[in-house]
Amino acid sequence: MLSRTADNLYWMARLVERAESLSRILDTTLRLTATPVNAEDTTNEWESAIATAGCEDAFYNEHEDATEQTVINYLAFSRSNPSSIRNCIENARHNGRAVRTALTTEMWDTINGAWNELQSVDEKRMSRNDITPFLRWTQEFSLRFDGNSYRTMLRNDAYLFSRIGVNIERADNTSRLLDVKYHLLLPEHEPVGGPLDYLQWSAILRSVSALTAYHWVYRDNIRPWRIADLLILNDQLPRSLASCYDNLGRYLDDLGRAYAQQGPAQRHSRSMRARLTNLNIEQIFQGGLHEFITDFLGNNNQMGFAITKQYLS
Amino acid sequence: MTENTGSIRPAYQELDRWLKTIEQSVLETRRKEAELLFRRIGITFAVYGEDNAKERLIPFDVLPRILMAQEWDVLKRGLEQRVRAINAYLKDIYGKRDILRAGIVPEALVFQNPAFRPEMNGQKLAHDSYVQIAGIDVVRTGPDQFYVLEDNARTPSGVSYMLENREVMMRLFPELFARHRVEPVENYADELLATLKSVSPLSASADPTVVLLTPGVYNSAYYEHSFLADKLGIELVEGGDLFVSDDVVYMRTTRGPKRVDVIYRRIDDDFLDPLAFRPDSALGVPGLMVAYRAGNVVLANAVGTGAVDDKAVYTYMPDIVKFYLGEEPLLANVPTWRCREPDALKYVLEHLPELVVKEVHGSGGYGMLVGPTSTKAQIAAFADKLKAAPANFIAQPTLSLSTCPTCVESGIAPRHVDLRPFVLCGAKKVSIVPGGLTRVALKEGSLVVNSSQGGGTKDTWVVS
Repeated sequence: MLSRTADNLYWMARLVERAESLSRILDTTLRLTATPVNAEDTTNEWESAIATAGCEDAFYNEHEDATEQTVINYLAFSRSNPSSIRNCIENARHNGRAVRTALTTEMWDTINGAWNELQSVDEKRMSRNDITPFLRWTQEFSLRFDGNSYRTMLRNDAYLFSRIGVNIERADNTSRLLDVKYHLLLPEHEPVGGPLDYLQWSAILRSVSALTAYHWVYRDNIRPWRIADLLILNDQLPRSLASCYDNLGRYLDDLGRAYAQQGPAQRHSRSMRARLTNLNIEQIFQGGLHEFITDFLGNNNQMGFAITKQYLS
Repeated sequence: MTENTGSIRPAYQELDRWLKTIEQSVLETRRKEAELLFRRIGITFAVYGEDNAKERLIPFDVLPRILMAQEWDVLKRGLEQRVRAINAYLKDIYGKRDILRAGIVPEALVFQNPAFRPEMNGQKLAHDSYVQIAGIDVVRTGPDQFYVLEDNARTPSGVSYMLENREVMMRLFPELFARHRVEPVENYADELLATLKSVSPLSASADPTVVLLTPGVYNSAYYEHSFLADKLGIELVEGGDLFVSDDVVYMRTTRGPKRVDVIYRRIDDDFLDPLAFRPDSALGVPGLMVAYRAGNVVLANAVGTGAVDDKAVYTYMPDIVKFYLGEEPLLANVPTWRCREPDALKYVLEHLPELVVKEVHGSGGYGMLVGPTSTKAQIAAFADKLKAAPANFIAQPTLSLSTCPTCVESGIAPRHVDLRPFVLCGAKKVSIVPGGLTRVALKEGSLVVNSSQGGGTKDTWVVS
């Protein structure tokens, strides 16, 4: 397959996943702002949303303050933010169009249909009440696209590259969501493990649709280290880092077998998987959760570069 | 459809009988179904300069154009002959130039032709093969009289319409096919692939790698490019997918670089290689010409084949056939005045209202004057253009073109048609699938069939 074709499939899948993730970040933030806090406390949910999305520099170049309006606009609709939900969908559709014949009809219908609907979305006329349905719509679109890919694609390299894209992006997003908590420091006199802390952590669980899963797995109150354990190390949770790297390893191995050749991408994914297997959550917290995530994000980026270098360029 | 005597021509008798058995409304329903099918398949083309119609369907007429096998045979032999002569001419003007020495074609016509590529001088091409795919536009004026209107040896397009028109017709009118023995055209893709493989570089393996090079999704013929690549089972590549290393062309694949032997390019010469031609073009492949000149890759069609496309060279084509093949041309040219010649210019200026005047390098029906349907003011304005640069123009009489029954608003009515058969010329043989793209002027009385000027298409049947 042409590298350009694979590259387009990989990025199309990544961008759809990214659109979903942004909508989850915004969802979580909206929920957190609805959390009751003492009047004198200033919490900084919108700032943390920007930090979580990883676009602080670009955002503050354009805006003085991270407010509900500026952040929603920037992350969901802005044309100048290359990773806004709007641009993600638009660029994913562009990628898909460039390799139209490599997509199944169902995939193209979904992405082209979403793009068409997006044309009539006018952010200026969006009230706060419209935002939640829009975020819901984004997630539904991503779900439909993912489902159509899963159900209709031939299991060949085109499929593998698109799944690899999904999993790299998802690992990136889960770790960023987990990092929100670092950016969202508790007000000084709030007790760790207190009601606000509890709400913040549970919002994060909700954002990856894992609140119920948490109770199934741990049968315990919400505790930060358990949440980190679930999101990082538990390979039963589909959005955990361990799951993402399980999948990545499998798809990269499939690719290696199909092409009868292994390379740096396969080696890197194996070493990442091995680390996730050998660590336990106490070790992670000892070194600092934020530090772990920063390190992971760097390594996950490296994973992307390795794949690009080996296959996509 | 009718002969001069008013009787139905043999080719159309069966169609005529069938038309009498069905309701007009049935045809209308099928026409709508056909349009839906075309929209679903997505066969569109872009019309430059029309903002509101960025992607448009070419109107499709559901009544086929029918040729008898014996009529087709005459045409086919003529086309083969013509393409063999075109190849010989190209080899000559980039080589020994016998035809110039013999004084058959004026030098200026070769060297001042903007499509002539000095880069190709003295270039040895694998199998001496220049034009692998030609689209020769012909019109018919009488039962056995075909005239060539135009030779397209650069990158002729439209073949996807020939194939899709047939697909749609077979789906919509199975009963009509049951009544005729229509020669198939579906094997075009196989023939094209075989042709392209046959001209691969001498160094290539037994199973050469062929790719189709497109300018990309924004090109007006992108649909055709992706359609053909799919049918041929070859990669559809853009310039950025290819690179040259040690004078060899490779494509970037997920399994690493893969050597490319034959490039069916749908990019004009100017854009092929920024190092050799236009430096501002990002469509091509830097270094491609070096690999090409080294004989490590074959371009189909060859660089510089546009030198036969213009209408001034066209006027010499009968002489070119005689000169290289020593045969009488089987296909006639439309009688043509070369305005570059003073006597001809005088005649043309005096007879403008009866003539069609065309730009030598023009295409798509632009920059032409159709005398009989033009106003006095238009004719006067054109006369000035003509006097200013006579060498840019040729003039032809308006022929009494044959017409085909065509579905129009008022029912079935005759409309003028032309035909573009696609001639494939491989290392060993010339082949033509029986048929081609019939274009039809949908406006009553109009002679202009170009899709960019509102013409439509029809399926073309050769029946035995």
